[in-house]
Amino acid sequence: MSQSAEILLLCPILVPFLTGVLALFFWNNRRLQRLISVLGMAATLAAALFLMRTVSSTGIQVLQVGNWPAPFGITIVADLLSAVMVSLAAMMGLAVTVYSLAGMDAQRESFGYYPILNVLVMGICGSFLTGDIFNLYVWFEVMLIASFCLIALGGERAQLEGAIKYITLNLISSAIFLAAVGILYRVVGTLNMADIAVRIQSAPGGPATTLSIMFLVAFGIKAAVFPMFFWLPASYHTPPAVVSAIFAGLLTKVGIYALIRMFTLIYPEGAVHVLIMVIAGFTLVCGGLGAIVQEELRRILSFNIISHIGFMIMGLGLMDAGHAIGKLALTGTVLYLIHDIIVKTNLFLVSGVIQRLQGSGRLSSLGGLYHARPLLALLFMIPALSLAGVPPLSGFWPKLMLVRAGLEAGRYLIVAAALVASILTLYSVVIIWEQVFWKDKPESRVFDRSPISDPLPRSAWLAYLLPVAALALCTLAIGFWVEPFSVLSERAADQLLDPRGYIDAILPNLTEPGPAGLKGAP
Amino acid sequence: MSTLLAIVVGVLYAAGLYMMMRRSIIKLIIGLALLGHATNLLIFTAGGLSRGQPAFVEQGAKLVPVEAIADPLPQALILTAIVIGFGVQAFAIVLFKRAYQTVGTDDLNQMRQTDRLSGGPGA
Repeated sequence: MSQSAEILLLCPILVPFLTGVLALFFWNNRRLQRLISVLGMAATLAAALFLMRTVSSTGIQVLQVGNWPAPFGITIVADLLSAVMVSLAAMMGLAVTVYSLAGMDAQRESFGYYPILNVLVMGICGSFLTGDIFNLYVWFEVMLIASFCLIALGGERAQLEGAIKYITLNLISSAIFLAAVGILYRVVGTLNMADIAVRIQSAPGGPATTLSIMFLVAFGIKAAVFPMFFWLPASYHTPPAVVSAIFAGLLTKVGIYALIRMFTLIYPEGAVHVLIMVIAGFTLVCGGLGAIVQEELRRILSFNIISHIGFMIMGLGLMDAGHAIGKLALTGTVLYLIHDIIVKTNLFLVSGVIQRLQGSGRLSSLGGLYHARPLLALLFMIPALSLAGVPPLSGFWPKLMLVRAGLEAGRYLIVAAALVASILTLYSVVIIWEQVFWKDKPESRVFDRSPISDPLPRSAWLAYLLPVAALALCTLAIGFWVEPFSVLSERAADQLLDPRGYIDAILPNLTEPGPAGLKGAP
Repeated sequence: MSTLLAIVVGVLYAAGLYMMMRRSIIKLIIGLALLGHATNLLIFTAGGLSRGQPAFVEQGAKLVPVEAIADPLPQALILTAIVIGFGVQAFAIVLFKRAYQTVGTDDLNQMRQTDRLSGGPGA
């Protein structure tokens, strides 16, 4: 592979890193930090889109760090799923950074908000791009420590309470993940994911099921699936809206990505897929039921995050039901990821605007926004209806695929759970619509933060509405022009279902007899 | 030796989890630290114990029997994990201290505001 393509593969990691470092140099100059950050995120997005074009046209891209051949060094690899996820991460990074120009207060900005945000994006991109399982752990930690800082930045009481729960659960998850990596290394003697996939088939039975369950638990906590989701609604509504927007869009999806990678590449079959399906069903229904009783805007949305994670996990669980159904299900999962990242980020961004306008996130204190801000109401309605899966919008297509896959596989219970969850989502969105937009502004109100008394300057409105409108346009585009996106998802699903391409790209010399003494480690 | 270490790992996990289920945030921190140590020791034990064997190959050797060298990778993994764990725990201690000062209690049962339906103080 050519030198330029290798550098391209590192760009989504390097550019946010350099941006973060550069922003640190101008600690006292917030204006310059903002400028650097916006430019850096735009450059990351450009690099990510270029990477996706390269992967889409020339196939899987691989970089062996330090030129150490595959099983020995760390491999950076981008297949279509990775490229799509990196592009989405960079896109959300840019949207959130632009929104921060208006949505982030001066105090948090002057305590290193922009550098940490860049490090977070770096960690997320690194997790998507690495081909080494221990390196995945390291990227998780990079991402986590940045997210710890972001969630606690500002030090309000609610934030600190939420941060304790968030940090504790994530550290437990990391410990389980690390232990599983250690045992896996004992069983297969390698850390390279492609190499693991090859060797685990010939590895003696051993603790394969135990290991896969450990990975399921570790990534499941990060993805907030059914029994391990309670940290999410306890913490996601506490930081400023812009921080919860990037968390909602990307952090749980890193867990999903890791689950997809694990259970397509390393454990493509086994009893675990049935378990995943059961978990998906409970996640769908529990998240949906949780959402409809909440009294706070972002807590409703937090429970909706959980509910919709069930859809993506459901596709993964349906994977073992034959090739055609599995392909349809995985296509649905990938398309759902694309749709969900955009829509969830957008909804949290809109909730931030609402909170800024009315000084509260509680439904009982909100109201009358439809008259006051019809444009905002429209911009809320697009992602909200898309979230519920109303036909012409982006949420409809992946749901259709997943439900079809479920019906063809004869798994009616999971289909029922998915449909119930959709209705519950629609209901929760209607509650928000009724309470926040239609209802008259209530007389007595409780303020979390002081509402703005003077009208927002035009530039602040632009910074608020530009990312929201851009993401809403993406939703509309995916909805009305779904063909290219579904083809892309289908190709990504093909690569996931047949990991030989992935393995061959990383270990090109696998079929040739290698030096015998070196192969048998440990 | 492996058996002994396995027991130590088990005890560390049990102690860590027990501490985490207490209500005090100090015990939560200690529990998190023990959990990290248990995991590191688990990797160390799982990586295979060997005695008096260097992790190097003699210069010029073409092929080396696999058993004769110690595997340096688990140690490298643990070293990385220790460094990461150190950073994360340091951060957590500062955060918990800050939470203690802001909330005014070290009792986790008192820190339930964010779990309410309204997501904040009051009903």
